[in-house]
Amino acid sequence: MAESKLKLNGTEVEFAPGETLLQVAERNGVDIPTLCYLKDCTPTGACRMCVVEVKGARTLVASCAMPAGNGMEVQTDTEKVRTARRLAVELLLSSGHHNCLVCEANGECKLQALAYEYGVDAVRFSPPAETYPIEDDNPLITRDFSKCILCGRCVQACNEVQVNRAIGFGYRGAEAKIVTTGDRPYDQSDCVFCGQCVQACPVGALTEKKAKGKGRSWETKKVRTTCPYCGVGCQLWLHVKDNQIIKVTAVEDAQPNRGRLCVKGRFGYDFIHSPERLTTPLIKENGEFREASWDEALDLVAERFMEIKKEHGPDSIAGVSCARSTNEDSYNMQKLFRAVIGTNNIDHCART
Amino acid sequence: MTNSFADFDKAKMFFIIGSNMTEAHPVAATFVKNAVNNGAKMILVDPRRTALAEFATMHLPLKVGSDIALLNGLMHVLIKEDLYDKEYVKSCTVGFEELKAAVENYPPERAEEISGIPAETIVEVARLMAANKPAMLMYTLGITEHTCGVNNVMSCANFQMLLGNVGFECGGVNPLRGQNNVQGACDMGALPNVYPGYQKVTDPDAKAKFEKAWGVELDDKLGMMMPAMFDGLGDGKVKGMYIFGENVANTEPDITHVEHCMEHAEFIVCNDIFHTETTRFADVVLPATAWSEDDGTFTNSERRVNRVRKAVEAPGDAKPNWWIFKEIAKRMGQEWESNSGQEIWDNEVSMLAPSMTGIKFSRIEGDGLQWPVPDLDHLGTPFLHKDGCFTCGLGNFKPAEWTPPAEVPDEEYPLVLSTGRRLYHYHTRTQTGRSGGLNELLGEETADISLADAKKLGIANGERVRLSSRRGSIELTAKVTPEVQEGMVWMAFHFREACANWLTNGVYDPVSQTAEYKACAVKLEKVA
Ligand code: SF4
Ligand code: SF4
Ligand code: SF4
Ligand code: FES
Repeated sequence: MAESKLKLNGTEVEFAPGETLLQVAERNGVDIPTLCYLKDCTPTGACRMCVVEVKGARTLVASCAMPAGNGMEVQTDTEKVRTARRLAVELLLSSGHHNCLVCEANGECKLQALAYEYGVDAVRFSPPAETYPIEDDNPLITRDFSKCILCGRCVQACNEVQVNRAIGFGYRGAEAKIVTTGDRPYDQSDCVFCGQCVQACPVGALTEKKAKGKGRSWETKKVRTTCPYCGVGCQLWLHVKDNQIIKVTAVEDAQPNRGRLCVKGRFGYDFIHSPERLTTPLIKENGEFREASWDEALDLVAERFMEIKKEHGPDSIAGVSCARSTNEDSYNMQKLFRAVIGTNNIDHCART
Repeated sequence: MTNSFADFDKAKMFFIIGSNMTEAHPVAATFVKNAVNNGAKMILVDPRRTALAEFATMHLPLKVGSDIALLNGLMHVLIKEDLYDKEYVKSCTVGFEELKAAVENYPPERAEEISGIPAETIVEVARLMAANKPAMLMYTLGITEHTCGVNNVMSCANFQMLLGNVGFECGGVNPLRGQNNVQGACDMGALPNVYPGYQKVTDPDAKAKFEKAWGVELDDKLGMMMPAMFDGLGDGKVKGMYIFGENVANTEPDITHVEHCMEHAEFIVCNDIFHTETTRFADVVLPATAWSEDDGTFTNSERRVNRVRKAVEAPGDAKPNWWIFKEIAKRMGQEWESNSGQEIWDNEVSMLAPSMTGIKFSRIEGDGLQWPVPDLDHLGTPFLHKDGCFTCGLGNFKPAEWTPPAEVPDEEYPLVLSTGRRLYHYHTRTQTGRSGGLNELLGEETADISLADAKKLGIANGERVRLSSRRGSIELTAKVTPEVQEGMVWMAFHFREACANWLTNGVYDPVSQTAEYKACAVKLEKVA
């Protein structure tokens, strides 16, 4: 049987059949920078950030696309490798209009982080004169192709992860661009606004429109929670600044959604900040609601329930619980009905 | 669900029935699509040609309400052609003879007559299912929201047991829950027949256990289910009602009737985060904290108990729902100790519900746990009935006869109305309608009709139409679409003015009391 071993920066490590060099490195705690690589998708090898030196190979190889082979000797951080990566970053930076100062992705942009890490101190090539106009004809996603590095992650997110098949590569050469069918704006295409492409974009080319100007990544705190909509129970990060949720992203690698969200989970969060929220107890008098204190309202509820119970028995009171609230809320409501009011008349909308 | 979402993209065969997953459970659908891209086969059974049909090996556009006939027809073929899993049936199930006798009466030709699916197709699907094992069966409200909902569910289980598909990874019977915490609300005993953890209120031991834990005497009589509660308001049996977070005036079938009942109430309390069509009927409205303003847990369709966390402060004087209930209990003479989501879960729920004993907040900081979790070292249960050994003994075949919907088309109301959800909205839009952007993506409800009916009635796409049933009439925009079959109108219940529930029929499954949202008779006219 063939051995499955290779040398990674001088240390012998084992690998499983089918593993790429990037995966072997990751598993062994060796960091290789990537830009275009999207987990669980077919590697495109487009950005050349993940290059490594393999003994005997004529050129540097893209570790995200290269299957591990027996007896390979791999170096992940040589001077040659670093130079190549620096050049890749320089080329990408000069291919578009990357003005980090005003970019929504500042602080979260992988290209920016790599430029810093690889000491790219000046842009060697001037950016192209012509750029595509910014598209924000839809309410949720801003597309700014002057920042696109054509890594293809959005295309993979749409086609391989969500399988919505709304976008792909279009045009050629300097005109190359990510397009919907017929190069239409998102809101006139097959796009269903799951926002998976936004989450996948490593730069500021795709950003959440609703989050614009609401806070920089380093000013926000991230709170993990569960989506309030359907029964899948996707895991979300709430990005919070100044007591406001400013954006939502998926928790990568978490069960059950493994980094995926739909349009409601990703963009349906701001109802909690609506000015229409109820903020004080209300009591109806002569057909109109008036504001009341908690004590007054709670006393009234307790008193009326006790009266009804005394006069007509506990079974003359019924409760509809909420299938959207927490388990703990539901538990306390059924306890109120069973232990306090004294009836099993408790049900909920399980059937809708 | 017997199984997990983690099985979806590994599965090799799917049987999806009455589930518009791409719109109602979008992320679950992505895993199914991944599996299909990796070579999995999928049979999609749905009256509508939903987006998932593009990925289906075969789409069976059955007539609304004919599921049992189709499933019985499939089982007929499996038995006739000796394609069922004999070993599994022998060692893991009881009641096969009864099933055999019942499905005997559903040869493919009869199933075709009722369901509209050609007999050859039924034979082909049966063979395909027998040849590809295990298969995951998924269903949603298209199965349960019928007067024969319970029998529909039983037929799905019969089918999977006959194929020997229950008790394995990538198999099982998998209902997807509509709302985020339907599973949890059931688990917590917000049901008239069970305490938390499905312990029956009629069971003296369970009663004694909860009496001891709560320090009170409890009633062992079954409570009312929702339809009986509303009817009770109407006829004076029910005087007071507590409505927690539900917009029943839009979500229940036959809105006119529901509102009429609520008008008769002596006293109604609502906890909510917004005024709704339902809070109009309240005597007291209590402002509650919303999702992300309090700590607690939700339980998803695969029985996974996950954390929900407080991220922001609630506006004004809004208070957690659990606190509101506790304060009312206090004013009615009971002091409850637990004073946070965590205390309620750790000190009460997990102590009282045996299937959740091993779940504590400290253990579910990350990905949560799937119950049953019998002890603190247990890692959770990704799929039930391991290797066909049913946790409650042998799997019981319960054959079901097909019955038509309570109201079928006639001369006056010649079309069938079926209802469901749309991608961009959720329920009565109390949340999505107030989330920036979603209304712009979908701003109104439409009556979705077939090209054939549109032609017959002289209705063009985008024209205003009047849709009426015996219970009401609404005006809305027509959407002419190849998704819908002839003789059928489809719409959702997200928008008040054009809510399907002005029309739906307030008839219920006799056991589950689930309403027949999926079928009633309507007529469609062009608005001059
Ligand atoms: S939002 Fe979703 S559907 Fe639309 S292009 Fe992006 S990934 Fe595709
Ligand atoms: S839009 Fe973003 S993800 Fe898509 S190709 Fe451009 S840089 Fe990559
Ligand atoms: S993100 Fe979408 S699929 Fe996931 S739980 Fe929320 S509503 Fe369901
Ligand atoms: S990450 Fe490997 S080529 Fe881009």
